[in-house]
This record gives sequence, C-alpha cells and structure tokens, in this order.
Amino acid sequence: MGVGIVVRGLNAWYGKNLALKSIDMTVAANHVTAVIGPSGCGKSTFVRCLNRMHETVPEARAEGLVKVGEMEVYGDGTDPVEIRRRIGMVFQKPNPFPTMSIYDNVAAGLRLNGFRNRKQVDELVERSLKLSALWDEVKDTLHKKSGASLSGGQQQRLCIARSLAVEPEVLLMDEPASALDPISTSKIEELIFQLKQHYTVVIVTHNMQQAARVAEFTGFFLMGSLIEYDKTEKIFTTPADKRTEDYITGRFG
Amino acid sequence: MPKQPGDIDTLKLSLWRRLTDQLATWFAIGAAVLVVVPLLAIFVYLLIKGGGSVNFAFLTQTPKPPGEMGGGMANAIVGTGLILAVASVLGVPMGIGCGIYLAEYGRGRFGDLIRFTADVLNGVPSIVIGIAVYGLIVIRQKHFSAFSGGVALGIMMIPTIARATEEMLLMVPNIVREAALGLGIPKWRTTLSITLRTASAGVITGCMLAFARVAGETAPLLFTAFGNQFWNLKLNQPTAALSLQVFTYAISPYDDWHKQAWAGALILIVMIVAAVAAVRIATSRGTLKGVS
Amino acid sequence: MSASQNEGNSSEQSETTQKPAIVMPALGQTATEREQHASSTGLQRIRKSHPRSSRIPDAAFGMLILLTAISVFAIVVFVAWELFDKSRPSLHQFGLGFFYGHEWDPVNDQYGAMPFIYGTLVSSFLALLIAVPLSIGVAVYITEMCPVRLRAIISFLVELLAAIPSVIYGLWGIFVLAPLLRQYVEPVLARTLGWTGFFSGPMYGIGMLAAGIIMAIMVIPIIASITREVLTAVPQNQREAVLALGATRWEMIRMGVLRNARIGIVGGIILGLGRALGETMAVTMVIGNRPEVSKSLFAPGYTMASVLANEFTEATGDLYLSALVEIGLALFLVTLIVNALARLLVWTITGGTTGRARA
Repeated sequence: MGVGIVVRGLNAWYGKNLALKSIDMTVAANHVTAVIGPSGCGKSTFVRCLNRMHETVPEARAEGLVKVGEMEVYGDGTDPVEIRRRIGMVFQKPNPFPTMSIYDNVAAGLRLNGFRNRKQVDELVERSLKLSALWDEVKDTLHKKSGASLSGGQQQRLCIARSLAVEPEVLLMDEPASALDPISTSKIEELIFQLKQHYTVVIVTHNMQQAARVAEFTGFFLMGSLIEYDKTEKIFTTPADKRTEDYITGRFG
Repeated sequence: MPKQPGDIDTLKLSLWRRLTDQLATWFAIGAAVLVVVPLLAIFVYLLIKGGGSVNFAFLTQTPKPPGEMGGGMANAIVGTGLILAVASVLGVPMGIGCGIYLAEYGRGRFGDLIRFTADVLNGVPSIVIGIAVYGLIVIRQKHFSAFSGGVALGIMMIPTIARATEEMLLMVPNIVREAALGLGIPKWRTTLSITLRTASAGVITGCMLAFARVAGETAPLLFTAFGNQFWNLKLNQPTAALSLQVFTYAISPYDDWHKQAWAGALILIVMIVAAVAAVRIATSRGTLKGVS
Repeated sequence: MSASQNEGNSSEQSETTQKPAIVMPALGQTATEREQHASSTGLQRIRKSHPRSSRIPDAAFGMLILLTAISVFAIVVFVAWELFDKSRPSLHQFGLGFFYGHEWDPVNDQYGAMPFIYGTLVSSFLALLIAVPLSIGVAVYITEMCPVRLRAIISFLVELLAAIPSVIYGLWGIFVLAPLLRQYVEPVLARTLGWTGFFSGPMYGIGMLAAGIIMAIMVIPIIASITREVLTAVPQNQREAVLALGATRWEMIRMGVLRNARIGIVGGIILGLGRALGETMAVTMVIGNRPEVSKSLFAPGYTMASVLANEFTEATGDLYLSALVEIGLALFLVTLIVNALARLLVWTITGGTTGRARA
C-alpha cells in the first residue's frame, strides 16, 4: 500500500545556489501527483529530494521536513540507504544494467537486500514484471537476453519492474516517458494509472497533456517555488495564480 | 497488494551490509596510502642519501679505480646526454613521421596495422631491443658504441612519440586543414606548417615523455653503449651513462660506490624532472594551451 | 559554416575548369551530413584544381611519411628476425627441450631455461597478486571516494610512480627494501605462515619476495591508470540506478561501476602483466640471481630478463650466446602475445583511443 508524503519548508542548494525555496506540499497516498513547470524550475530537484538522491551530487544539500508515511526522510539518524529502498525512482533515460540479464536486473535490488531463496526471487521477479506489464514480452528470455538488448520502451518498463521489486511505498518518476516514442509513452501512462492502486506516484513531466491524462493532483513549480498545488482538473481549467495560467496556456516555458 | 510475511520490511540496514561498506572504504583509502608511501619513501631516500654525496667533485670527475675513494660521474652525465642526443635524432623524426602518417594518411587497414605494430614495439622489453641492436650494430662494428646505445633508445622512443603525435593531430579540427588547402597551400605544407604547428604543444610534450622514459633506461645500454670509466665524446666508442653507472655501483661491494650510486640516481631523477618541467613551462606559454 | 564558405570559394575557382560536382545538397540530409559531404567534395575539388607543380612535393612528402611508417613495421620485423637468427644454434641443439630443461650449465654447454621461466612466472604472478587489489583500490578511491580537491594530487602521485626508472627502484630495493624484509617482515612471515612452505629457509631479504614487491610497485601505476579510465567511462546514470534501489556506496561501486568496467580492468591487468614479464633492472638487483626452482619466496631466483642482463656480455662461445638470445626470443614472443591481448581488451572498451599517460 502506498503512503502519503508531507513536505514542509524544504530548501535545497546546489553549492551556494538556492534551488528550492521553502516548499510546502502534501502528496496524497495511492494517487498520482504530477509536478510541472518550465525548465530549471526545480521540479526534478524537488523529486530527487524526496528520496535523498539530491545529495549524491557534490556540493548539493537539502534541509526541511519530509515525511513519507511515518518516516522522516531528513530526520537525525535516518539512513539514506533505507530511504531509497522505500522510495523508488525511475529516471528519464532508461538505465538497465547492461551486464545483467533481464532476470538479474529485476532481482538486483532483491539480492542487495539479502534475498537468497531462488524460488522466492523467481516469484518476486515474475510479480514485478507483471506489475510493469513486461512479463508477457520477456518471460521466455528472462535469463538469455541482457537488460540492454530491449527496446527503449521495454527498457523503461524493466527499470520500473526493477524499482517495484523491492516493494517501495512511493514511486518517483522523473520524466519517465520523455525519451520514448508515442506508443511506448502511452503504455507507460497506462501503467502509471494501474500502479497507483498499490503505490503513491509522483511524476515529473514537462508535458502538460500527460499530467492531465495521468495525474489526479498537480503542482506547478516556477524558479524554485511551488506556485500552485491542487487537483489537476482545477489547475488546468481554473488556475488560481496568474503565473500558472500563463504557463499552461503556453505563454512561456 | 497485501504484504506477505517475509517481505522486505526492515527499516534497519543489516549489519553485514554496513560492515562491508565500511571495510571497502577503509580498503580503498588504505590502498591509496600504500601506493603513495613507496613513492615518497623513494624520493626521501634519494634526497637524503643522494644529496649527501653530490658535490662538486662528483659532478666533475671521472670514476676512480675500484677501491679508491672519491671520483665522480661527470663522464656518465655527459655520456647520457650524448646517447640521448643520438636517440632523439633517430626517434623524434621517425616518431613524428609515423604519427603524421597515422593521423593524416593512414585511416584505413594499413594504418591499423601500423598502429598495432607501434603498440607491439612499445611492449617489447627494453633488454630484448638491446639484444637486437647488439646483433645489428655492435657485432658488425665489433665494438660497443654510444651510437648503438642511441639507436636502441631511439627505437624505444618511436611508439610513444607516434601515438602522441597521432592523438594531437587528430584533435586539430578539419576546418583548419581545409582553410589552408582552400588558400592554395599544398598538402605537405599544410600538414607541416599548419596542422602540426597547431598540435605542436602536445607533440612536444609527447616527445618529452618519451625522452624522460628512455633517459632512465639501463637494460638496452648494457650491451650497446656498455659503459666507460673514462671520458668519451666519440660516437663509435663505448660510453658511460648515468643509469649504467648507478647499476654498476649499486651491485658493487664498495661502500663509497654505493653512496655515489645514490648520488647518480638523484642526478638522474633531477635531469628527468627538470626536462619534463621545462617542457611543461615552455608549452604552457605556447599557442594552444588547451590541446596538450 | 566555413565548409559552406569553402564550397563557395572553390566553386568560383573551378567555374572555368569544371562543373561543380554538386549544386545543391539533397534536401532531407542532416546538417552534419551536409557538412561532411560538402567538405569531402570540396577538398577533392581543391586538390583537382591545384597546379601540377605542387603535386610532386606532395607526393614526395607522402612517400617520406609512408616510409617512416613502414620503417616502424620494419624495425619490429628486424628485431624478431635478429632474435630468431642469432638463436638458431641453440634452437637446433636443444629444440623444445630447452624450455623444460633444468640445468643451466655454461661450463658444460648445457642449457635449460626452466629456472628462468619459473622465476619469471612466479615473480610476475606475485607482483600481480599484490598490485591488482591495490591498483583497483586506488582507482576506486580516486574516482568514487576521494574529495575533489585531492583527486588531482593523488592521481599525479600515482602517475609519478611510473616515471621512476627501473634502476632506481632496484637501488632502493637493495638498500632499503631488502634490509627491511630481512629484519622485520620475513621473520614475521616465517613465524606465522612458515608452515605453508612459502616462507621458509634462510632470510636474505634479497629474493623472490623482494622482486615481487618491487615489480608490484612498478606495475601499479599502469593498472591503476587504465582502471581509472574505465571507471570514469561508466555513465553516471548507472550509479544512480543502483543507489535508487537502496544500496550502500560500496554496493553501488560493486554493482554499478566495477561490474560495468570489468572487461577494461582485465585489459589493464594483462597490460600490467606484460610490463612485469619484461621488467629487467630492478628485478636483477633484488632477486638474487641463482637459477634455482624453490617453493619458498625467501629463496633467490632468476628471471629470463635477469639472466640476459647478467650473462650476455660474459657469454663465451656461440652456443652460450645463442641460448641467451633464445631466451630473449621467448621473452619477445610472450610479451607480444600478452600485450596484443591486453590492447584488444582495452580498445574494445575505450573505443580505440588510449591516453598518453600510459605511454
């Protein structure tokens, strides 16, 4: 089951540059929330702060309250490694492990967490691939084909399966379909729609139609601040802030 | 999907994983330290043991007969210079020429063969090259010589210079060549005066690296230059070289010679470092800083 | 930009001599395709339009350059031939038995190279045993763990190790390393691990262990620099993918970096082996130079390169000399194969261009 996310006063820096300014946001459990905004507005940075990937960049840091379920992401004594297991991430460019088979790709996270039992791993791999709608296409070549030998859309679904295998509560997706062709994109969007039953999904997208299609809630970021956050319908039909309206009507960005 | 028993649900990272992470970190740091320590140790010993024995006499006198104290390595210092000069005269033009071929003319299969051959030559043990040159020159001339030593070292310089030259030339954008050709400058002139000129900083650095590498070589000189107790400036006589002298003195039973071996080693390192530094300074003021 | 300007110029020049080969680039070509096409035909037209007087110097220069390239090939062939030719008496006399003969007896003109082959293999293997973990460790430290400011310094120091001449390593080996081994290290090893048989017998300091250690130090910069290159070549998104699954830093390095760089690292190791096999001076100075086959690492040994260094100028008689040259020939062939293999592996990863630092 997914959990909700509460963000209060999140600030993030790249060196001396303040990239996120005191973000307050509540993400609903088991729903899809989209994060939109022009290039450089901080939407990717925001999402990367949720699973503490932001700080893996040299000179980058973040401060503030981020609560995922009961877990304080930036709490004292919280280990980023554990956070990242609980909060999965799918990246813009599909990045399967090229030296591993499809099976090993999906099992990678499981093996890291100490799953040795072959039967258990088999089951979990199958479940994850079914969840990411890839099972039927690869079930005969699980061990034979490498992760990198699949098409772009399949690779991305493989990455999704890989993330799902370790049973996160939240799935973060940073422009997951922007490197894919339209057919793969729609498959991914369908998938996201299915996934929200089990997970909380936060998706960064520069494609407003995509946000309108998949997300129930949308947050609009501009220059490091969260300008407006509401039901997607409302954002796109009657936005409260003029800047939001300017963006969605294409006046900039 | 309801959680099943035995699923991943721990918030605490297993002790084993934490431990291996820590151990790996310590190992990597330890490796870095262990690798740097001998380097520093060598330099420190060179300075202390060598520095103590380097004096004016050392730099200006020739070796005394075994057992007698004193004497120096002046002839070896000069001999090294002589041999390296011969080596450069052979190695630099051939190396640059080969590099030009690889970059400007040989982009096809034959070029690949030559490139591979240069790499093969690079990997041949230096003593084997010494043997080959012994067969070619020393046996025919029936004596050891500075010339044969220079040839051996020159051969060793070629692959390094060729590869460096090729790389530097390839970095020169095609537009530069076309501009020259478009002005009516013939290809040979373009290659030499324009393309090579542009890449010159990097090419010179490559030559210097090759120079520094062979300056310290001993093995190929063992049966070519052979060494000499006395002054020699003739190319067709056996000649002393610093590296050879250091070797001979180091394995000798005389304490005084051991001290002189350290001194000789220090001089050798200083010569190498000075040469490389001089080139770095000279080329950093040159036209194309970014290329090298 | 300038390619199209060029095209403009040359079409003016050649207007009177010939029709331009192309008038308009085909629509639908990408910008780079157009530029490449334009530059190739532009160059062709420039060459064609040149007066004949510059064609002879061009051809002569081309010939000269080709000659230097061929000479490099010729040198390698000549080296191989020289080795083969001068080792003929020994090849004829001993045949293949030369390589497993145990006796190296110049007095009775009996030559078997086994002790040297053994010495070469054991010292090189020992060197790699020590060097490989340290090199990979250093490379991982520099690329994945080191604070950015330290990076340049440490990598510079590691490269500096490669610049020290072999004879100076030997000097340091005789007067610093060997006494250290004899007084402190070997007694400890004998006490703790003597039962294995690898650390027994008289402790001279000089011997196989010293040779292995010195060779390891000399080989580390090669393996470390290639490993660094292939580690850096692993794309950042691979590291992120592993981290995002909830991995510790070491797990990220193991699964996301080292795993991807495996082949290149192996190439680097083989290149290091090639260097170790041919290493002469430092080894000669610390290995003891006794043609014995002994299990203990404390014992002196003899390598193929060392026997050449020590006995070549003393060799009396044709058979003696040719036996030595045959050892040289064997060394040549072995290093040839090893280096070719290594280059093949490294080239497939880095795509054909290798850094100058390795030269």
